Amino acid sequence: MSNKNIFPKWSNVIPGFVAAGLGLIGISVIFVFWYWFSPKHLEVGYQPHQPIPYSHKLHAGELGMDCRYCHFTVEKATHASIPPTEVCMNCHTTIKTDSPHIKKLTESYETGKPIEWVKVHQLPDYAYFDHSRHVNSGIGCASCHGRVDKMEEVRQVEPLSMSWCLECHRNVEDFVRPKDKIAEMDYHSENQQVEGEFLKSLYKLAPREDCTTCHR
Amino acid sequence: MDTTNKMDVKRPELIQGNMSFEQLTDVVCKPVEDKAPKMWFILMAGFSSLICLLLAMIGYLVWDGVGVWGLNQPVGWGFAIVNFVFWVGIGHAGTLISAILFLFRQNWRTSINRFAEAMTIFAVICALIFPGIHVGRIWLAYYMFPIPNSMAMWPNFSSPLLWDVFAVSTYFTVSLLFWYVGLIPDLATLRDRSKTKVKRIVYGLFALGWRGANRHWQNYERAYLILAAIATPLVLSVHSIVSFDFAVSQLPGWHTTIFPPYFVAGAIFSGFAMVLTLLIIAREIFGMKNIVTIRHLENMNKFILATGTMVGYAYAMEFFIAWYSGNPYESFAFVNRAFGPYWWAYWIMVSCNVISPQFFWFKKLRTSIPVMFVISIFVNIGMWFERFVITVTSLHRDFLPSSWGYYSPTYVDVLTFVGSFGLFFTLFLLFLKYLPMIAIAEVKMILPEANPHHHGDEH
Repeated sequence: MSNKNIFPKWSNVIPGFVAAGLGLIGISVIFVFWYWFSPKHLEVGYQPHQPIPYSHKLHAGELGMDCRYCHFTVEKATHASIPPTEVCMNCHTTIKTDSPHIKKLTESYETGKPIEWVKVHQLPDYAYFDHSRHVNSGIGCASCHGRVDKMEEVRQVEPLSMSWCLECHRNVEDFVRPKDKIAEMDYHSENQQVEGEFLKSLYKLAPREDCTTCHR
Repeated sequence: MDTTNKMDVKRPELIQGNMSFEQLTDVVCKPVEDKAPKMWFILMAGFSSLICLLLAMIGYLVWDGVGVWGLNQPVGWGFAIVNFVFWVGIGHAGTLISAILFLFRQNWRTSINRFAEAMTIFAVICALIFPGIHVGRIWLAYYMFPIPNSMAMWPNFSSPLLWDVFAVSTYFTVSLLFWYVGLIPDLATLRDRSKTKVKRIVYGLFALGWRGANRHWQNYERAYLILAAIATPLVLSVHSIVSFDFAVSQLPGWHTTIFPPYFVAGAIFSGFAMVLTLLIIAREIFGMKNIVTIRHLENMNKFILATGTMVGYAYAMEFFIAWYSGNPYESFAFVNRAFGPYWWAYWIMVSCNVISPQFFWFKKLRTSIPVMFVISIFVNIGMWFERFVITVTSLHRDFLPSSWGYYSPTYVDVLTFVGSFGLFFTLFLLFLKYLPMIAIAEVKMILPEANPHHHGDEH
């Protein structure tokens, strides 16, 4: 056996680097998944183009229409209903009928072929969500959908992730508002803490956190 | 088993054949340094194709879902849990031999500890497969670990199933470290003896620059002692926690306080049986009969006898408590075990685990290689059936007769289990070929030459 070493002296530091490197890789992988692969990064800001450039900013903002005029099932059903062409035609049989976009509406109205609106807020199939349950408990539209009255085209502003849902289910007093102010876009309470606690007991709110509440 | 160094009592040496240090190194390194025999390649081909079978079955399971297994209502736990407990149990002998016997200064352990520790690690690898795949959606298996995520999901720390995750992964890590630390001096031996450059670099890499310096030995012995102290409670804790998977639930047949000690005894029982099965073959093939002597095998048989009797006591005690408690559900569960639809599994278990080790009361039988080989196989079979009996018979008779059922495994269940043996034996063959199967440095410590009072003659 020769006296020569197989590895140079500096190789003594390698195990330390390997150990530190493996630790760093592990932490980085978890961080990448937790941070960049979360709905906060992947979902927020989703803003698909709609077949007709319907402006929520104009209708809900400047004209001040109530959300529930078009999304009229929101208080009664699980879904908040994308309005059928008939709802649009309540006004647009007479308003701006020359616009090429309104002509598409008229065509849809006459042929009975619906406009193919693109869904913006998508929950996974395994998550059960009921709009009426929330709206009738004093959770406002803007709490989840943001200031739609300021959006030309609607985009998703909240992650709709499970932790985001739980944030409200665990601290409902921070978000609850009077039931008659559900559709108010610019609702703001001067003293949410006190009012929230009051409304929570008034409405007897006790949001559940069991698995089966949402995963049925 | 008393092998304490009493100078005035003359006992046969643990290592036979008057081997010198060099001869010992030569004998142990031979299988590693020689060209692998033809049989090795044949076995390797066979067992690695079983790994392919295992992967195919797991692939089919992932693709199609757990419906390909024989699970039903009410038997929601089947082969996956049975196999998991079976393999984890086998893994127990290694740590017991390496840690507890080390702390008790049982010198005879040195001939078998490397072998048993390797078996432990491979068995735990096989065991870890089953809880991993039984979750159904295996891409979500990371839910088992407390990792930050966007679902605000956190493992349920009040569930024994989660304790299991930590118990088994801790056990695996400590066993691996223990095995590796013990290997370092031997890896250096292999490095120094290797003739090719590749071997020198690979063994050298893992030998971590071991030169056998006084300082090295001091650190080594301290590290080994600390690891033994860490591993000792694990021998008892891991299978206790595995038993909690059952005992913490409220099902008659599972909900018994005797489970933790009963499971630990069973685990050591099955582990020693598996070490014995493998060791009998290996010492024969690789000519290690002078290092692993009949005395070693006899000591292990005594362990099998002791733990097998404990297991038999536990079976009896379960029946006694079922009757003594006056609980009709408990009584039904146990009578049904022995005389219900799964009577055959129960009686296989009893004859293999309780009756077969009793032959070891006779010195003639416990020193006979064919007898101990057959009995070790019986114990392996019996301990698999024990887990089957506990898991399936307790579930198949639900509280309401309307929910009673019968569980039969599908071919996927069976072939996955067979495939796990392929994985186990493939890893073992690799171990036999590339690492010294006996802890060379440790065996040298118990040779007469290592005794400071030894001058080559009697005093």
